Amino acid sequence: MRWLTLTVFLPLLGIPFLLIPELPDRAARLIALGVTIATFLVSVGMFVKFQKGVPGFQLVEDVPWFEGVGLRYTLGVDGVSLFMVMLTTLVMPVAILTSWSVTEKVKMYVMMALFIEAAILGTFLSLNLLMFFLFFELLLLPMALTIGIWGSKRRVYAAIKFFLFTLVGSAFLLVGILVLFAQSADVLGQGTFDFRRLQELPMTVEVGRWLFMAFFIGFAVKVPLFPLHTWLPDAHTEAPTKGSVVLAALLLKTGTYGLVRFNLGLFPEASDHFAVFVSILAAIGIVYGGIVAIMQTDLKRLVAYSSISHLGLIVIGTFAFTEQALTGSVLQMVNHGLSTGLLFIGVGMLYERTHTREISELGGIAKVTPWLAGVYLVAALSSLGLPGLNNFIGEFLVIVGTFISSHVFGVLAAVGVVLSAIYLLWSYQRAFQGDVPERWKGIKDINRREVLLVVPMIAVMFLIGLFPKPFLDRIEPTTNGIVREVEAAGSADLQTGEAP
Amino acid sequence: MKTQNLLAIAPELFLVLAGIAIILIDSIFKGVKREWLAILAGVGIVTSAVATVTLWNWDGGQTALQGMVATDRLAVVGRLIILGVALIGVLLGYDYFKGEERGEFYALLLFATTGMTLLVSSADLLMVFLGLEILSLALYVLCGFTLRLGSGEASLKYFLLGAFSSAVFLYGLAMTYGATGTTKISGIALVLTGQTKVSSLALVAIGLLGAGFAFKVSAVPFHMWTPDVYQGAPTAVTSFMSAATKVAAFIALIRVLDVAFQPLTWNWVPVVQILAVVTMIVGALLSIVQKDVKRLLAYSSVTNAGFILVGISAGPEGIMPVLFYLVSYAAMVIGAFAVVMVVSGRDRERSSIEGFAGLGRRAPLLGALMTVFLVSLTGIPLTAGFLAKILVFGSAVSVGQWPLVLLAVLASVIAAFAYLRVIVRMYMRDPEPDAEVPRLSPVAAVAIWIPAVVTLLFGIFPALIAPILEQASVLRW
Repeated sequence: MRWLTLTVFLPLLGIPFLLIPELPDRAARLIALGVTIATFLVSVGMFVKFQKGVPGFQLVEDVPWFEGVGLRYTLGVDGVSLFMVMLTTLVMPVAILTSWSVTEKVKMYVMMALFIEAAILGTFLSLNLLMFFLFFELLLLPMALTIGIWGSKRRVYAAIKFFLFTLVGSAFLLVGILVLFAQSADVLGQGTFDFRRLQELPMTVEVGRWLFMAFFIGFAVKVPLFPLHTWLPDAHTEAPTKGSVVLAALLLKTGTYGLVRFNLGLFPEASDHFAVFVSILAAIGIVYGGIVAIMQTDLKRLVAYSSISHLGLIVIGTFAFTEQALTGSVLQMVNHGLSTGLLFIGVGMLYERTHTREISELGGIAKVTPWLAGVYLVAALSSLGLPGLNNFIGEFLVIVGTFISSHVFGVLAAVGVVLSAIYLLWSYQRAFQGDVPERWKGIKDINRREVLLVVPMIAVMFLIGLFPKPFLDRIEPTTNGIVREVEAAGSADLQTGEAP
Repeated sequence: MKTQNLLAIAPELFLVLAGIAIILIDSIFKGVKREWLAILAGVGIVTSAVATVTLWNWDGGQTALQGMVATDRLAVVGRLIILGVALIGVLLGYDYFKGEERGEFYALLLFATTGMTLLVSSADLLMVFLGLEILSLALYVLCGFTLRLGSGEASLKYFLLGAFSSAVFLYGLAMTYGATGTTKISGIALVLTGQTKVSSLALVAIGLLGAGFAFKVSAVPFHMWTPDVYQGAPTAVTSFMSAATKVAAFIALIRVLDVAFQPLTWNWVPVVQILAVVTMIVGALLSIVQKDVKRLLAYSSVTNAGFILVGISAGPEGIMPVLFYLVSYAAMVIGAFAVVMVVSGRDRERSSIEGFAGLGRRAPLLGALMTVFLVSLTGIPLTAGFLAKILVFGSAVSVGQWPLVLLAVLASVIAAFAYLRVIVRMYMRDPEPDAEVPRLSPVAAVAIWIPAVVTLLFGIFPALIAPILEQASVLRW
């Protein structure tokens, strides 16, 4: 059975139904929910088929598509992409559930969500670089429309900013991919976009470094790394809840995933060469994102800046080149998706009730809505790395692994965790604790639909926090292989007298 | 004259016959239903296309009529693209000139088409010139086809600048003859290969011929006429000429550069590259400040000319990508202009971007179709525009021109902003209170659906057309 094809394209099956004229909004939401849940179930099937302890790609599908330019339909899953896919299929139904509060153009809204899901899944599973780029680009427009149509006040500005930033990034990525193709045509006689064949492509140190930079810019915008992060606070803040959840939990991961898969995988020597440079940018992001988050008065913006800090941690772990740090980074991609996704959901639910996101205006809400406050608190505690919850495992591995390779960056990574404790707990205290203002007295606590929405997220967060082994067992073989490649390339440099 | 020679130009003969028949019928039988004239034009185009297809397996010589008309597959494919565009042009014209007795529209459109098909199949510079003139004369008239002031201005502007560019081209032709003693495209190549030194006369000739072509494809700095003419001309005419002229002129340019002046490749490639960079950057920058969709699309056609020039600069490697680009470009631009035609309405020719506000809500289908075309122009995947860009840029990278491609990709990001502005208007702004719902007639609907399907079909299954273009891109001489 073609598990991967089924996973990627199942979401699109919902679209013909959504095109039925006069379809009631409620039915549209239910169709989208059904399709995304079905996709989740299929991805569970994929998960079961996945053999742990095996490095390299599994369940590979390879069919010619457009041979003229080396475009083949190639899908495959390994330890890195496995959990990205699982995260996507888990978060999407949740994101659809949040859309119950959207009342305008519901059909188009859920249709965009299904498009986005298919494109993200395709991005994570493509083994053909051109196909990867195709999905990577395909994401842009539905995401920009989601922000621009259903967002809040400055939505159009945020949507255009998001669109143009990522488009500039992908411009460099595209040129990099095309140059890589031309290189393969020179060396192999026939050009290829196949990731597995390009991995073995011999190239000079200089070409490798240039290509690394091209790919790096493309992904750094998506991650986003300092100083390319400025689109993120706007996009996250202006997007509707579903948009923020999808942006934070999934879309940013296409950037970090790209760094792990393509930058480390294709250019190990250049990765080693630029590691310090990238780590410095990531470290700035960690500290800067954390400090700016502390200063925020808007709860949603606070969560947005916390993303910059957390993503910096993931990148610093990726470029530490120790097995623990890379494994931790990959796990942390999943963790950030869950906890930040839940934070955005919490903020979204709060906003629906109070129509404000200003921390100073909230205050004491916990007394009226204890369950809602509880959800936010669990998400915050997870996000700041409380033991027993998911982030602890990932952050711990990243910090330990980074510390082994560089004390300075290890300490800076740890600073990020301290900062996250400050801004998250402080925001909880200001927004939820204290006396209840008179006008919030009448608001309702979370309803049944919202329980349905947060329970799976929280369950998985505890699952990873308490039983990380099944997750780590599947990630490790792949990440260990990647680290070995980079180390081998780095030590080859040392032998030839190149500076590391 | 052998009948084989007639077969080689049968497509043109059918077009001309249909055109003459339309003029005669229109003037002899007063008050003939214009449906019949449109159908007659359609029949002419379809028979011409059938005649073209039979030329695919031509087993005569490489040229016919004493080396005037090429019989290769490039000519076949070029003609088919143009005929397809012309067919949609007939439909659009039928819809646009509703309630008016304008029979000569169809005749002029067929004559313009004849000029274009001659252009793509010319094996002699004289034929290139003839083709250019035939298509230009018909288009001058078509541009001024309505009584609006803008239309007349467009026509006059196009005529004056066009006549000037024809003169430049003719001068280049004379220079070529001086340098090589022949005007045959293959003959020029033979003579130039034989020369040990690069003749400066031949270089001047390339420059002048290139300027003539640059005018027709609206490459900067010969693009000045484009926005005014595209805006002023009746939208049905704009959509036809923007798509078809570019296809015809670029295919002729491929013949001239990659065959006739192939021995001087090292000399013309840098010039084409510079032209490409200037064209795409100026086009993209100017397109983002436009307030009128027709002008925006006009500058977009300038930008796209730049992208196609990137492919041309890759030499023979770039022919197939350029052909793919031309097919996709023709589809998306004629579709986009057709939507503009329906939205702006016949009487007012109101095509400001503001007029598109809330189109996604007023007319969801029309909005969605426009989005397809704009998305394809932007180069988003699953549309033909994406693969066209990948192919063209890939061919340039494969000959080592990655800096050029980087500039091209960045230019397309700038241009994307312009298209995005229209999409934003359509979906993120509320319609003006007095905005009316555009009415889409069945004929116009067909004329918009066909390019939309082509755009998506070739974007998802490029293998449907790629082998044909691959065979057409082999130049034999």
